[in-house]
Amino acid sequence: MTKVLDIPKVNAKNMTEKEFFYGHKACAGCGGSIAVRLALKVLGERTYSALPAGCMSAVGFIFPQMAFNSNAIITTFPGSASMAAGIAAGAKALGQEDFKTVVFAGDGGTADIGFQALSGMIDRNDDVLYICYDNEAYMNTGIQKSGLTPYGTKTTTTPAGQNIPGTITHKKNLFEIIAAHDIQYAATASIGYPQDFLNKVNKAKHVKGASFIHVYASCPTGWGTPTETSVEIAKDAVDAGLIFLAEYEDGEYKLNRNPKEFKSVEEYLKKQGRFKHMSDADIQCVIENRDKKWERMRKNWL
Amino acid sequence: MKNNKIFISGDEAVAQGVRLSRPHVVAAYPITPQTITVERLSEMVEAGEMDAEYMHVESEHSAISATMGASAVGARTFTASSSQGLLYMAEGLHYCSGGRWPVVMMNANRSVALPWSIYGDQRDSLSLLDSGWIQVYVEDAQEALDMIIQAYKIAEHKDVLTPMMVNLDGFILTHTYELVEIPDQEMVDHFLPAFETPNKMSFENPKNLGFSSRPDDNTEFKYQQNEAMFNAIDVIHKTDEDFAAMFGRKYHGMVEEYMCEDAEVVLVALGSVCGTVRVVVDKLRAEGKKVGLLKIRYMRPFPVEEVKDLAKRVKAMGVIDKDISFGYEGTVYTNVNSAISQIDKYVYKSNFVGGLGGRDITKAEIEDMYNKLFAGLENKSEETVEFFSLNVEGND
Repeated sequence: MTKVLDIPKVNAKNMTEKEFFYGHKACAGCGGSIAVRLALKVLGERTYSALPAGCMSAVGFIFPQMAFNSNAIITTFPGSASMAAGIAAGAKALGQEDFKTVVFAGDGGTADIGFQALSGMIDRNDDVLYICYDNEAYMNTGIQKSGLTPYGTKTTTTPAGQNIPGTITHKKNLFEIIAAHDIQYAATASIGYPQDFLNKVNKAKHVKGASFIHVYASCPTGWGTPTETSVEIAKDAVDAGLIFLAEYEDGEYKLNRNPKEFKSVEEYLKKQGRFKHMSDADIQCVIENRDKKWERMRKNWL
Repeated sequence: MKNNKIFISGDEAVAQGVRLSRPHVVAAYPITPQTITVERLSEMVEAGEMDAEYMHVESEHSAISATMGASAVGARTFTASSSQGLLYMAEGLHYCSGGRWPVVMMNANRSVALPWSIYGDQRDSLSLLDSGWIQVYVEDAQEALDMIIQAYKIAEHKDVLTPMMVNLDGFILTHTYELVEIPDQEMVDHFLPAFETPNKMSFENPKNLGFSSRPDDNTEFKYQQNEAMFNAIDVIHKTDEDFAAMFGRKYHGMVEEYMCEDAEVVLVALGSVCGTVRVVVDKLRAEGKKVGLLKIRYMRPFPVEEVKDLAKRVKAMGVIDKDISFGYEGTVYTNVNSAISQIDKYVYKSNFVGGLGGRDITKAEIEDMYNKLFAGLENKSEETVEFFSLNVEGND
């Protein structure tokens, strides 16, 4: 892997003005489409994108209007990592060089149905960057619970009623599950911190082999938030400590952002329709879970 | 032609056919009785006899996904499966044919659980007839090798661009050793040129593939896919002729008739059981009985014209099915029957279902089938669907 110091930093000034993902039919304020657009600006023209069934494939590939200006393909829902691995292997076998294969998959496509293929891809160290845009539910089918839906969330399959406060499980610890494969490079990010995300994509671009980025991507439609606050709310999640920015590299975890104090969890939750029903006890449960995680991360990752 | 025969199993013959076809990417997951094929391929890559990316995928679903990905950038690909694994691929099989990626796969025909059985029947591939793959069934190891090479030529033809499945009976063919002629690499290279397709992603001409279609367009895509499958019929015949001209082995395209010229009663079958039927035909012919065999080679595209043509010439047709579509009849029979119904003539018909989960179909059983067909013809019986040689009482 190229040394981190050798990789020039990406910022708004030196980033290409070319667009590789536009004219799509995503909802206004879609965080997933921001993640795809930004990542492709870093990855450039010589990119193969593979997207499973999900929001980004549903809004980007409606024949005859194709929204990707570079090579892109929809994969089966469980097979995005393996199809991308096949693309990388095929292109290599044909003698192609200096290109990147990237997956853009949602939280369900990654942590649930696509997980087996993803695990295999990392195990084989296939030359693929896998980006999971996490909007915390199956949004394309209309807001159903996934393995990355956080505690308390009201979805159309976890209704918040008298007996159950919506989702009763916490998010799967996806980042550490991926890192446990001893992957060369893995990171978490948020579209609320775009510069951090862009540079993580840039780092992953230079990895020869498997790499992974878990990017938090807001969804006004599924979250019940105003469309113009998508970036802000994705930043709030980080500032409230519910989403953390970290990397796993050369076998070591690194916490990129370690705020002295967190912004209010309650404020973050109450801004969103999906959490509005949560009781004080539910909010306390979220905070306790956050604190436990941060205690562990600060102890081991700093 | 120089003689280069080696003593190998059906699985190994497939591996030899794959090696000679020079795929860029091989992705396969082990499953009995296919495993030997993927073992041999890994050895060939290790030994430098094959210049392919060998992907150790973690499942059959990923095997088909990876080969589709590689095919989508213009690479020649191979995968192999069987039974439960083939069914685990089912989503990918439809996806692959819809994407018009000419992936070639070997399927070792094996029963489908439950009950578990590693042994052969044809319920796995026949249950996927509608997945849009060309399906060929072979009778011996030589045909298996030859059909892998032909499969690439057929599947990759510009008027076809449809994936192809080469089926060989589990254990009976996969694990039985035969003398197999290994074609010369230079001749294979001449017969099978490099894969060229307009249907690929590239940096010179970027494309978005695997897209969604609206209700306004979807039927047209499926119509074209169906036309491509019909186009395959001519390509199959031409490929068979070209192959025969170069390698001296002819398989007669969609079907092979055996002793059918003046036959009154014929059995229709797929795969390895045809070898046993031939022996019985020879015996009955020696006794003066006008019997024959129709070996169906391709189940998709289906040899409608060939079946009709034979039905016009014979009095009775029996179909052996190592398969059952529960609540109806054997799938091969349904297909044959549909073709026969298109001619304006009475043909006595019977369906013989059996050989499931690896049970042998014996010469005596086959002779009994011919006798039943003669008797049914004489008695003007109604057509029957029969599980033959049942150890439990049947429903009649």
